[in-house]
Amino acid sequence: MIKLEKVCKTYQLGDSSLKALDQVSLSINAGEYISVMGPSGSGKSTLLNMIGLLDRPDSGELTIGTQATSQLPEEQRAQLRRDQIGFIFQSFHLIPRLTAFENVEVPLMLSGMAVKPRREKVATLLEELGLGERANHLPKQLSGGQLQRVAIARAVIMEPTILLADEPTGNLDSASGNDVVGVLERLNQKGITLLIVTHDMALGQRAQRRLKMVDGKIAEDIS
Amino acid sequence: MNIADHWRFSVPVFSRHRARTLLLVFAVAIGVAAVILLTSLGEGARRFIDREFASLGSQMLVILPGKKETSGGAPPMYGTTPRDLTIEDAQALAHINSIDKIAPIIAGTALVSFDSVSREVITIGSNQHLFDVRKLTLSRGQLLPNDSAEHAAPVAVLGAKLVKELFGNKDPLGQWVAIGDYKFRVIGTLSERGESMGLDLRDMAIIGVRSAEMLFDSPALFRILLQLKHPNSEAYTEQRVRKIIAARHEGEDDISFVSQDSVMQSFNSIITIVTAAVGAIAGISLIVAGVLIMNVTFISVAQRRSEIGLLKAVGASSAQVKSIFIWEAALLVSGGAILGLVLSGLGVYIAQLLFPQFPLAPPWWAVLAAVATAFVVGLLFSWLPAKRAAALDPILALQGRH
Repeated sequence: MIKLEKVCKTYQLGDSSLKALDQVSLSINAGEYISVMGPSGSGKSTLLNMIGLLDRPDSGELTIGTQATSQLPEEQRAQLRRDQIGFIFQSFHLIPRLTAFENVEVPLMLSGMAVKPRREKVATLLEELGLGERANHLPKQLSGGQLQRVAIARAVIMEPTILLADEPTGNLDSASGNDVVGVLERLNQKGITLLIVTHDMALGQRAQRRLKMVDGKIAEDIS
Repeated sequence: MNIADHWRFSVPVFSRHRARTLLLVFAVAIGVAAVILLTSLGEGARRFIDREFASLGSQMLVILPGKKETSGGAPPMYGTTPRDLTIEDAQALAHINSIDKIAPIIAGTALVSFDSVSREVITIGSNQHLFDVRKLTLSRGQLLPNDSAEHAAPVAVLGAKLVKELFGNKDPLGQWVAIGDYKFRVIGTLSERGESMGLDLRDMAIIGVRSAEMLFDSPALFRILLQLKHPNSEAYTEQRVRKIIAARHEGEDDISFVSQDSVMQSFNSIITIVTAAVGAIAGISLIVAGVLIMNVTFISVAQRRSEIGLLKAVGASSAQVKSIFIWEAALLVSGGAILGLVLSGLGVYIAQLLFPQFPLAPPWWAVLAAVATAFVVGLLFSWLPAKRAAALDPILALQGRH
């Protein structure tokens, strides 16, 4: 479903350069639950951004489904991102002036869905995630766990096949973290491919497949 | 995203930055109002002049001594041409069938005295037709006699202000006044009418044209006013008049014509150009507003970098990101344009209350141009920052970095 073939990415940092991904090859099947761990600067987030089509490889190829993405025009990559990929960030990245409901509605707005069905869809999802009563609250009125659940709702509202989470529990206490992980795992059980980047060993260990990255390479791939 | 989505997306941005939003809306409003108010002044001037010309009487043709082409400029104000127009020239036009009335005019300033009070005023020598041609009405008394062009009758009609200055509360009718070296009996007084084309009709004396010839010791006419029977007979009348006068002036075509229509058209074209120029100058304030919009949009893009990154991460295309900022500018311009229309409407209303004699009115084209310019400027100036927002790297933008 997701296939990386000899993907390289180098960032220029002033006079020096950093090889964030070095000839990375990887195949991910639909519905897999994968954790990516490794020290800071090992290329975990770059791998996530690459799979999420936020970044382009310098060389190599990334295929999602049957679609080779490296040379795709930006508009098509944006559409692929909107239709197939959901993002969850450590710092939630909710738009502060929009309510929880409106934040979740944003991807549907961008997709051009009609107002009535999209509102029904958002309301249903927020209820499922236990946020029905918080729908009209602004992000500043929500707790960390609630913020991340809103972010998850926004990530899955387009029913993506791939869910990418970058340190999803990094800003949460352990109870909220467990709650969020529970939600993510339930989504995975429904068939969504889940890729979590984390420093948290316990969280990493829960995944069916564990990748360890060192210096831009996959050092371990344990199933 | 539809219009309602853009509205829901943008309005919270405005309420979050109220001062900034109000500043921009006012900047656009002032620009729109300036264009409309200044062009209203121009349009008001045009209407004022139209009204003044209309008050001169319709279907009027003026014959001036001298030829524009030969002098290289406007015809001389007073008869300084080699061959003057005379009362006899005016009388020779009487049989042209397209002419309804002829009023020969001799004009000058003269000292008018009654008892110990004297006043130097414009003194017009003409005949009874002057009153019809120039739409002058009497408040009391009678017009000049029918034979003013034949005999120098010692009678005068005085303007309302002149009457008040000379006679105070006394009855002027039948009184003898001195105009220059001659005595005239007051037979009528003009109604209050104010100024007409720069001439204060309240402060002048009208006497017979033969009397004026004697008073100013010159047979030269200042003008001959013709009232035509039909508005479209100007060309025909000009041709006939030229022929008759040339025959009387040894074959010389030494007169010029000014028609009410041609003067009005000249005034209208000049005022339209001036109005458009003034409107364009006022339009500069809209460009200033556009620069403000551009600056504020740049600031907005910088402040919302993380939001732009997020939008891109959830699948917004570059065009969609761009449209968010352009729509925000469009909404600000709409608010400014509406406020500008209200302010200019209010300004015109107040000006009309203060100066009712001046017919201030916003021309429709200026209203359209002001609003259209505001939108074009707003959209053009928001384009660059919006384009920059669309070009942001989503990863860096999510981190709030360039």
